[in-house]
Amino acid sequence: MGEYVVELKNITKRFPGVVALKDMQLAVKPGEIHGLIGENGAGKSTLIKVLTGVHMADEGEIYVSGEKMVFKNPNESKAAGIACVYQELNIEKLLSVTDNIFINKWLKKGTLLDYDTMHAKAKEVMESLGQDVDPRKPAGTLGMGIQQMIEIAKAVLIDAKMIIMDEPTSSLGEKEVEQLMKTCRELKARGIGILFVSHKLEELFELCDRVTVIRDGQYIETRDIKDWTNDSLITAMVGRTLENQFPKEFGVKGDCMLKVEDLSIGGVLHGVSFEAYGGQILGMSGLVGAGRTETVRAIFGADPIDGGKIYIKGKETKIKSPKQAIKEGIALLTEDRKGSGLVLGESIRTNLIMSSFKKHSDGPFLNEKRIEETGQGHIQSLRIKTPSIDEIVGQLSGGNQQKVVIGKWINSDADIYIFDEPTRGIDVGAKVEVYNVMNSLVKAGKCVIMISSEMPEILGMSDRVVVMRGGKVMATVERDSKHFNQEDIMKAAWGGTLDD
Amino acid sequence: MTKKKSGSGFQLGTILALVIMCVFLALSNSNFYSPSNIMSIFKQTAFNAFLAVGMLLCLITAGIDLSVGANAVFCACLMGALKESFGINSGILLMLIAVVAGGLVGFINGTLLTRLHLPHPFVSTLGMKNVLWGMALLVTSSKMINNFPKSVEFLGNQTIGTFGGGFPVGFIVILVLYVIMHIFLGKTALGRSIYCAGGNMEASRLSGINTANVLTFCYTLSGIMAALAGIYSIGRSGICNGANATQPYDTDAIAACIIGGASFTGGKGTMFGTMLGCLIIAVLRNGFAMLSIDSSVQNIVLGLVIILAVLMDVIRAQMDAKRRRLAAGK
Repeated sequence: MGEYVVELKNITKRFPGVVALKDMQLAVKPGEIHGLIGENGAGKSTLIKVLTGVHMADEGEIYVSGEKMVFKNPNESKAAGIACVYQELNIEKLLSVTDNIFINKWLKKGTLLDYDTMHAKAKEVMESLGQDVDPRKPAGTLGMGIQQMIEIAKAVLIDAKMIIMDEPTSSLGEKEVEQLMKTCRELKARGIGILFVSHKLEELFELCDRVTVIRDGQYIETRDIKDWTNDSLITAMVGRTLENQFPKEFGVKGDCMLKVEDLSIGGVLHGVSFEAYGGQILGMSGLVGAGRTETVRAIFGADPIDGGKIYIKGKETKIKSPKQAIKEGIALLTEDRKGSGLVLGESIRTNLIMSSFKKHSDGPFLNEKRIEETGQGHIQSLRIKTPSIDEIVGQLSGGNQQKVVIGKWINSDADIYIFDEPTRGIDVGAKVEVYNVMNSLVKAGKCVIMISSEMPEILGMSDRVVVMRGGKVMATVERDSKHFNQEDIMKAAWGGTLDD
Repeated sequence: MTKKKSGSGFQLGTILALVIMCVFLALSNSNFYSPSNIMSIFKQTAFNAFLAVGMLLCLITAGIDLSVGANAVFCACLMGALKESFGINSGILLMLIAVVAGGLVGFINGTLLTRLHLPHPFVSTLGMKNVLWGMALLVTSSKMINNFPKSVEFLGNQTIGTFGGGFPVGFIVILVLYVIMHIFLGKTALGRSIYCAGGNMEASRLSGINTANVLTFCYTLSGIMAALAGIYSIGRSGICNGANATQPYDTDAIAACIIGGASFTGGKGTMFGTMLGCLIIAVLRNGFAMLSIDSSVQNIVLGLVIILAVLMDVIRAQMDAKRRRLAAGK
């Protein structure tokens, strides 16, 4: 038996074009609550996936209780005693608590399922986690906190040595968080190691024994919790030096193109207000789940809103559908290029004109000549690498696909361009080209709103930054303000306040 | 563009399959290639070809219309009932009412799907099939009705020339209709929107395409095509018969589209391929009759053909996905 329940040594994981983890280290002791934090994209999810056997590491070793392991699939990781409670719970809402707990490891009496024993055991294990529930009840009828406990019960039942909790408090109420923390301490007392991944610093300080910080796929530091402070954690998380990889050019600040007032969606957005101007890039910063995507989707009419007002060029406008938003001069490049940006099975030609059929038609008929002209124009100006305009979009690389989406929106002749994570998953060269498109848009007096989870990109390209957290705007920072730096913006994104 | 919608290799395979079937049947029975039998194949093709137009549009949107067969029978029965019970003897008026009724049924299907958010068109159109079956029997009191006006029967029984007893007008109408639909799907904004909606509904909606309207249009057009099929069936048989609503017309139409390169996952399919599919189905049914194969066996084989066609579509999609994966990995 080693000193650590789970230990990772020099784990490296590569994906096509990126190194997701490089020489990653992590060591969790038995009976320890170990915090893991990092910015968006720091590699937390990949690390969890390596631990749970979803991904196989390319290099490095995993030890469980001192014994070297290779996980080829999730079952092997589970068998070794590593369980994970994901942010998105794996609960079958229509099945009973018992069914959920014993799924795939049914207790049997002969060939039939032995529900009497299973119900009794389910009740027992749930009680040991402080939950007095009827195990016959469908899981979906119970609160999120209890559903999460069902996941933990599964872990307890397979005698997990370590339980990974990925953002476990993100969908819980205050009382439920308290209960969860209590349960964590009880599990700790039983000698189970807990890897607690969280975006909330205060929780780490309250709960954890040690905290590991990772950044850009690399291990930074592990310290006892008493040796960390809010500021030292944030510095460790961002602590990179900014190189100027951003060809920022400035436009002339114009009129207020978009004004959002008290935008709200029940449970998601709580009174979001901000303004965006022509000739400027407005950056939207925040952690994943801060409500940035929800905000722009609401503005674009993609999702219904429960309250608030939207003014376009000073005029209040009620936007009920994307079609209407496009008419009002708004374009939205979604974060999910494949899911909601492109029709992968269609040609570049068709994808480019999806938002501007009218412009490319005479009456009901498409004008192929005009489509060809504007299409070839975009292929040249955006430098889309493709054998022909009739190439199926699904065959292109990520960067070229993104350029097709951008071309589609330029075709719509919008005034307000909203780019949601425009450079995610594309290579460096293509990134610069995307930045240059934004530059030329602001120089033409257009208003650009850029959501980005990459701090250097936010600082490199934005004229102003809106920082969101938990469905609210935490701060608005001008480029010439003293707060326009990664520490302060990160502080706001993690719930801190900025003085004036 | 259109030629890229479905791999041309697959269409070549479809043409080949049709040719092989024809050669085989011609060798087995010399009656197969007699002029009158060829004309009769065209006549058989036309009914299914009307239904397949609407079915194809729905399949392209990743939907399905299981009510087309029952809708055709209902429209025919409605015309019969109006003639018998209300004494409407104007063929033009009867046909107009049928087309409006068929279109309305399709519009309801589309509205159930897009505005009332039924989970899948499978639900609404399968329910509608039963409703229409019952209504077809109800309006005709479960009786067959004959003696339709000449103008109603024109589409289904008029022929031109003397070759093999005359070339059926219905099939000429089909050829013209398919050319028009081919242009519609490939050359108009609405046609292109149908492919986009089927390929990625959310991306289309977020690009400003009113996907609800596009879908409703497809189902409405499917209903209108079903009404035309109903009118055609009266000309072919001289009667309307509500009991026919349970015939496997819908599956024949689906089979034609899938054999022709359409996919249940949407975004794919062409008029040309669908025409090939309709011909294959008609030749199959005709060949079975020629070889005096029992109708129960016919149904078994046709069922297997549909499964095979879908299986080929699935394998094709998997191969596409793999190719894409490999291309992206480079």
